[in-house]
This record gives sequence, C-alpha cells and structure tokens, in this order.
Amino acid sequence: MPSLKDLKNRIESVKSTRKITKAMQMVAAAKLRRAQDAAESSRPYTERFNAVMAGLSASVGDGDDAPRLLSGTGSDQVQLLVVMTAERGLCGGFNSNIAKLAKAHADKLVAEGKTVKIITVGKKGRDVLRRGYGDMLIDHVDLTEVKRVGYDDAKAIADDLLARFDDEQFDVATIFYSQFQNVVTQIPTAQQVIPASYEVEEDEADADGMVYDYEPDEQAILADLLPRGVATQIFSALLENAASEQGARMSAMDNATRNAGEMIDKLTIQYNRTRQAVITNELIEIISGAEAL
Amino acid sequence: MADTVQFDLVSPERRLSSGPVKQVLIPGSEGDMVAMPDHAPMITNLRPGILRIEGPDGEDEYVVTGGFAEISANGISVLAEWSLHRGDVTQEHYDKMLKDARDAYEKAQATYQNDPGPVDDAAKALADMVAMGDHINLDPAVGKS
Repeated sequence: MPSLKDLKNRIESVKSTRKITKAMQMVAAAKLRRAQDAAESSRPYTERFNAVMAGLSASVGDGDDAPRLLSGTGSDQVQLLVVMTAERGLCGGFNSNIAKLAKAHADKLVAEGKTVKIITVGKKGRDVLRRGYGDMLIDHVDLTEVKRVGYDDAKAIADDLLARFDDEQFDVATIFYSQFQNVVTQIPTAQQVIPASYEVEEDEADADGMVYDYEPDEQAILADLLPRGVATQIFSALLENAASEQGARMSAMDNATRNAGEMIDKLTIQYNRTRQAVITNELIEIISGAEAL
Repeated sequence: MADTVQFDLVSPERRLSSGPVKQVLIPGSEGDMVAMPDHAPMITNLRPGILRIEGPDGEDEYVVTGGFAEISANGISVLAEWSLHRGDVTQEHYDKMLKDARDAYEKAQATYQNDPGPVDDAAKALADMVAMGDHINLDPAVGKS
C-alpha cells in the first residue's frame, strides 16, 4: 500500500502532465486553424489547375507524342513511394497510419516482383520505415526547420522527383499522406503523381464545352504545366498533412488530458481513503492505549 | 456587352485578387496580351512579367513569374506559380528570382551544350526577369556574382 506521501507525489506529477497535454492541445488547436486556412487558400489554385489539366490531357490524350510525364515510361517495374509524415510525434496514430499504408503498399509491390524505392518526408516516417524497409530507403527530405510549409518546399521535392524521373531511376511515383477530414478523422491516402492522371469531371466538361485557343500550342503548354502539376499535388498533400497532423495531435492530447483528469480523481479518492485509514488507526491506538491503563 | 469581367489571380499559397475588371494585361509567353470582356476562350503560358489590371476603381499591378492564364466565358483566371503585388516586391525577392534564373541558365548551358532549345528558353527567362526588374525599378545588377 503506497504511503500518503507517495500518493501526494503521484497526484502532483499527473497534474503537471495534464497541464502539459492541455497546453499542447491548445497549441495544436491554434496551429490547426492556421493549417486549415493555408489548405483552404490553396484550394482555388489546385481546383482550377486540375480542371485545366484534365481538359488538356484529355485533348492531347494517349497519342504517341504525349509527354512522358503523362504517358509514363511504358513500364511499372521500379516503383517510388514518397512517404510524407510529421517531424514530431505525440499525435496519436497519425504517423503510424501513414506508415502502415505505405508498408502494405510496399509489401504488395514486392510480392508482385517489383523494385520498390522509398523517399521519406518527415522524420517520423523514416524512423518507422527504417525497421524492415531500411534497404529500400533512398533519400530523406528534412522539414524540421520549416515552420510553415510553402510552395517552395513542395517545389524542391517535386524538382528532385522530376530529376530522378528524367534520370530513369523509377517508372511510377506514388505519394502517401493523410487527408484531413475533420479533427477526429484523417484518412491515409496513396496518390500516384508520376505518370500524372487527371480525371475529367463529367459535369464540368459537359457544362461549358468550350473550345480553347492555346498559345503556344497544347503540347508546349502541357509540357510546361506537367512539372508544375507534380509540385501542386505535393504542395496540397503537404498542406493536408500539416492540417491532419495538428488535428490528430489535438484529439490525442484531448484524450490524454481527459485520462489524466480521471487518474487524478482516482488517486485523490485513494489518497483520502488512506488518510482516513491512518487517522482511524491512530484513534484505535490511542483508545486501546487508554483502556490498557 | 458587359464592360467588366470576373478576374481571379491565384498562387498556390493564396488568392491575391478577385473581382470584376475592365481589362487585364497578361504577360503571355508569346507576348503581352490584353484580355477584355468577351474575349475568345484561350489558355496561355505566362512569362515573368507584370500583370496589369484595370478595374472599375483604377489600375493595379502584380508581379508574376511562371504559370498560366485561362480566359473563358466565366472570367479570366491567372494561376501564377509565384506572385506578389508590385509594391510588395522587394529587392531581396528580386535578387533571389534573378539568381534562380541565372543558375537555371548556367545549368542549361552546361547540360545542353549542343541543343539551343533549352538554353535559349533559360536565356529568355533571364532576360524577361531583367526586363521586369527595369520596369519596377529594381536593380538587376545587385546580386550578380
């Protein structure tokens, strides 16, 4: 049975833990709002971009002279997985969910006899994947110093991917990130970025049915835009990831705070009971001492 | 004929401008062009340059680098890879852009020695960048090394 002093110490320590988790939750909430704003303000660009790309790639189509970024290398032997996770932990299942999806994907590809290469973005994903998948890791992008992901960060990653693609280091690139649904739900997602695939949204394509003039020609515009498309997709994935991370951290810390509260209640009850037992004990000793006289 | 048209200028990070305008001067890769209401639908690439908007309440200028512009019946949208209001562009921004353009040019020269295409493209981008600096009174010489 723990002594009164032990109990008191434990209560104090749980209380200070609760203060920390509470503070982290509030910080995450503030950061979440900012991350959501950032994701929100990138949306008009991404939506427009994808709409135009869908139109363009549909019209240039699968012709023999279609750019390689669109048509692919004609093989899918070498697969590159870009796994984007957070730089920091303490955010619930966020990092492990993404890593789990990436692992499942990698296992499947290996079983099909494909070559798998992995690039990690964010420290946590690398730490997880190093175990068991260490020989597939070919590079790591460090975003520790980056406070707020900007388009430049995404562009750097995209340029790196494109250089590797030109170098024929891989045939297909897929990015792994978490899509932000709401504070409690984040969906780990795999998305193929190279070769690019743009879906034409039915209603939009039919609605205006406009014929555009292109300046210079479609080919040139497409060649210019495809690399940007990779950067845009990575950028929006990074933003979704940032929002998801904060959301996951917020709910994880909320849980932790609640658990700490429950623990404090339990310990307090135990403390009071022990205190009373001690008092009763002392009384019994005094009374039995007096009777013995 | 409507005398204004909906105009949007967005970069990946934010929406810079949105509203009705009378006309927009777009720095297309094949040359400047002015888009007015009821322009034929078209898509053009951008070169580094100045985007001038003539709205109902006066003119406004933005610096854009690459990207593209889409002109459709619904309005004009410019999707710039990087853009800022002219007044917000500092020498520091400009130096960095210029340095990137120079690096790209040098790299193109080194990689494609026998292929004038990419080298010319990079040279043009650099020249566009210098011309743009002239226009907004920033010194292209600073940052040259």
